[in-house]
Amino acid sequence: MKVFINVRLKDAVLDPQGAAVKDILTRAGYDFVKDVRQNKLFEIELNGETAPVQLSEIADKFLANPIIEEFKISR
Amino acid sequence: MKAGIIRFPGSNCDADCFEAARDAGFEPAYLWHKDKTINVDLVILPGGFSYGDYLRCGAIARFSPIMEAVFEFAEKGGLVLGICNGFQILTEAGLLPGALMRNRGMRFICKFLNITVETNSTPFTRLYGIGEVLSIPIAHGEGNYFSDDITLNELKKNNQIVFRYHGENPNGSLDSIAGISNRRGNVLGLMPHPERASKLLLGSSDGFRLFKGLLG
Repeated sequence: MKVFINVRLKDAVLDPQGAAVKDILTRAGYDFVKDVRQNKLFEIELNGETAPVQLSEIADKFLANPIIEEFKISR
Repeated sequence: MKAGIIRFPGSNCDADCFEAARDAGFEPAYLWHKDKTINVDLVILPGGFSYGDYLRCGAIARFSPIMEAVFEFAEKGGLVLGICNGFQILTEAGLLPGALMRNRGMRFICKFLNITVETNSTPFTRLYGIGEVLSIPIAHGEGNYFSDDITLNELKKNNQIVFRYHGENPNGSLDSIAGISNRRGNVLGLMPHPERASKLLLGSSDGFRLFKGLLG
């Protein structure tokens, strides 16, 4: 079984990488692009069933830095 | 007095820190990231790219076996100095508040600049004057200090902002923060490299007194 944990910078935190991607798209003429935020997606293969609380623990303790980032777990 | 310089896989300022500590009068030694005990008076987490800076800068080094001993050492009041990547490791470890993010301008910046000493009531800055301007180089891509407003107010209130960038803010750091201490003042993290400004031959000796002052 596989789960996906997406980590993104909180909205209040400036994302210079996303801003740089947005700039290059605008410069290339894609003027319909309003904003870009760059996220990190972890694909995690599990050994059988895993409690959601354990997944949250991984995300909170390792994959995301809660000071600047937030995460979302999906299957 | 003994200074221990931790070598993580990917540390690259360890030898510079070793020399600066030795020149200041410390008896320096390297510590390995897998060590479980620390028997020194000062612990230095040097700059570099520990574990390739994978995940986030300092995020993996923070879980090195030696970090348990560093927590304990800091808890007992031991002196801990984190420079550049070392600062990033200390924030990831929660020994210092806040986080270091990608530079606002996206570029890796390596150059001499000026920083101001904001307080000299820490063991790290006791040989400096308040407001003294130091010429010390930075070399980082992720030195943009961030914290929430509550934390920032705490830092200000408790005099924990130790260094600020003077004039130009190179990386977008909140309130031009270049270095902070913990509340007790025994743990310091800073992005500029005092060890690279520890003798005139290197372009500046303004960083030397930081090491010298720690001898007490």
